[in-house]
Amino acid sequence: MREVSLQRRLRGDKAFKAGTLALSLVATVPLTLILVFIVIRGASSINWQFLTALPKPVGESGGGIANALVGTVLLILIGSLISIPLGVSAGIFLAERGKTRLGSVTRLAVETLMGIPSIVLGIVAYVWVVRPMRGFSALSGGIALAMIMLPVITLATEETLLLIPVSLREAALALGVSYPRTVLRVVLPAGLSGILTGVLLAVARGAGESAPLLFTAFGNPYLTGNILKPMASLPLTIFNYATSPYPEWHALAWGASFVLLVFVLALNLLTKLVSAKWKVQF
Amino acid sequence: MVRIRNDYGSTFRSLLVLVGLAVSVLLAAIFLSLFLFSRPALLNNGLRFITGTEWNPVTGKFQALTFVVGTLLTSFIALAIATVLSFALAILLGYYFRTGALASVMKTAVELLAGIPSVVYGFIGLFFLVPIVRAFQLVLGMPPYGVGMLTASILLAFMILPYSASIGREMISLVPEDLKEAALSLGATPSEVVRKVSLPYARSGILGGVLLALGRALGETMAVTMVVGNSYNLTLNVLSPGNTMASLIANEFSEATGEVYLSSLIEIALLLFLVSSAINILGKLIIKRTSAAAQL
Repeated sequence: MREVSLQRRLRGDKAFKAGTLALSLVATVPLTLILVFIVIRGASSINWQFLTALPKPVGESGGGIANALVGTVLLILIGSLISIPLGVSAGIFLAERGKTRLGSVTRLAVETLMGIPSIVLGIVAYVWVVRPMRGFSALSGGIALAMIMLPVITLATEETLLLIPVSLREAALALGVSYPRTVLRVVLPAGLSGILTGVLLAVARGAGESAPLLFTAFGNPYLTGNILKPMASLPLTIFNYATSPYPEWHALAWGASFVLLVFVLALNLLTKLVSAKWKVQF
Repeated sequence: MVRIRNDYGSTFRSLLVLVGLAVSVLLAAIFLSLFLFSRPALLNNGLRFITGTEWNPVTGKFQALTFVVGTLLTSFIALAIATVLSFALAILLGYYFRTGALASVMKTAVELLAGIPSVVYGFIGLFFLVPIVRAFQLVLGMPPYGVGMLTASILLAFMILPYSASIGREMISLVPEDLKEAALSLGATPSEVVRKVSLPYARSGILGGVLLALGRALGETMAVTMVVGNSYNLTLNVLSPGNTMASLIANEFSEATGEVYLSSLIEIALLLFLVSSAINILGKLIIKRTSAAAQL
């Protein structure tokens, strides 16, 4: 083996550590950049009118994103109504019966679902809902979002429930509590914080999705509560305004990005708080 | 006689099984729908679908090689950038600073990177990265597109970074203490421990994380659509505009007229689904095997 002097090795050691640190700092630059950019450009366009008015035609100043705000809330609501019950119960199934053959098939299915590009799920929602109903609708967008949210919730539920000690369940069963009650009233509440974390993450992920909504919810310049009609959403509004050639619309897009980013990052931080404060521990 | 109260145990169990079945059926239904709806295209396009470069709805030619190449090119350049950065992050947070203020700030920063919506990345890319690339191209005396495959790759690199970095960090911190201490006590410097003990030990787990990141990159849509240039010419020049499979779907799906046109776009989605699922499952398998081995 080639002899290398100790001094050179020590210098190499320092250089390695410095290089690691420098490259890691490079990796955190974009987050800072995005936050600064969005806050500087976006925060100035936020006012009451921006949040409560509808978009105006090109050339007129002002206008807001009320339709997109309401649309995003409704789309997330539809997605949650479908994905939370199904996702949590699938998580219970995996935690209770995960070692069976169906259990491993289901786990593989959920993990595959997690990796499917969101635009592909948009196409699936299109052929399942938009095509038979002959029109874009908020319902189809919500179903696309549900398929994106489902695996996040399921895996978080399973992971949490597996952390609950067997002694807790045995204590309940020994007291004569029935099996369903043990699972639903003892095990599930003990893991509530982990499930909540999963749900919040899923909502954050769904709220930021735009690709699957392109040909499901489609977008709508007017305020609507009808889930069988096309509906606007924040990410789609940002996409349409950002890629338009009009500076007034760019300003709206910066404002909408600010609102979306604050919402999504707040949910992410909330998730960390929830899991830090009410962590499952025994 | 003791009356045994019905505790609904069997009903509950069957309900659980039913839910598990439903989720498995959901995945099967997704695959079958994509397959059935791309049948007209499969029959019409044949193998030329992945070997030809002519995408022309007017003449009914649907050949996707340009987009397949664009997807692979942007994803792998992004993966190269992301892998270098995530190795640095994984070593820093998995070996040098495993706890403490710096570690938690950096960890949170990288995790938040994963939470930023794709469309916001695209918007920033359009107004920050594109002018930089354009200025760079002017200096080099090239056509100043600004948009293009390299621009998309840089953006993608930061979008997929959190996936490989967090798994890399976990895998490096799983390396047993006694191995590291043994190397240190034999006179290895910390960086030698990282390179000769930790990295070889965690190698396959890190590879799993890189595969998960690749799966993300392949299917990423909105940010790429906004900065890739959406051109229809096959090129390997990363500084010129290109196109990807996902971005083509995003641009054309809602305006596609005609059964074969729509069906060809669904065929692209089917290909995307199969490739990214395969990579994703492989990545998860490797990670599971490695962490199971490390905990023995």
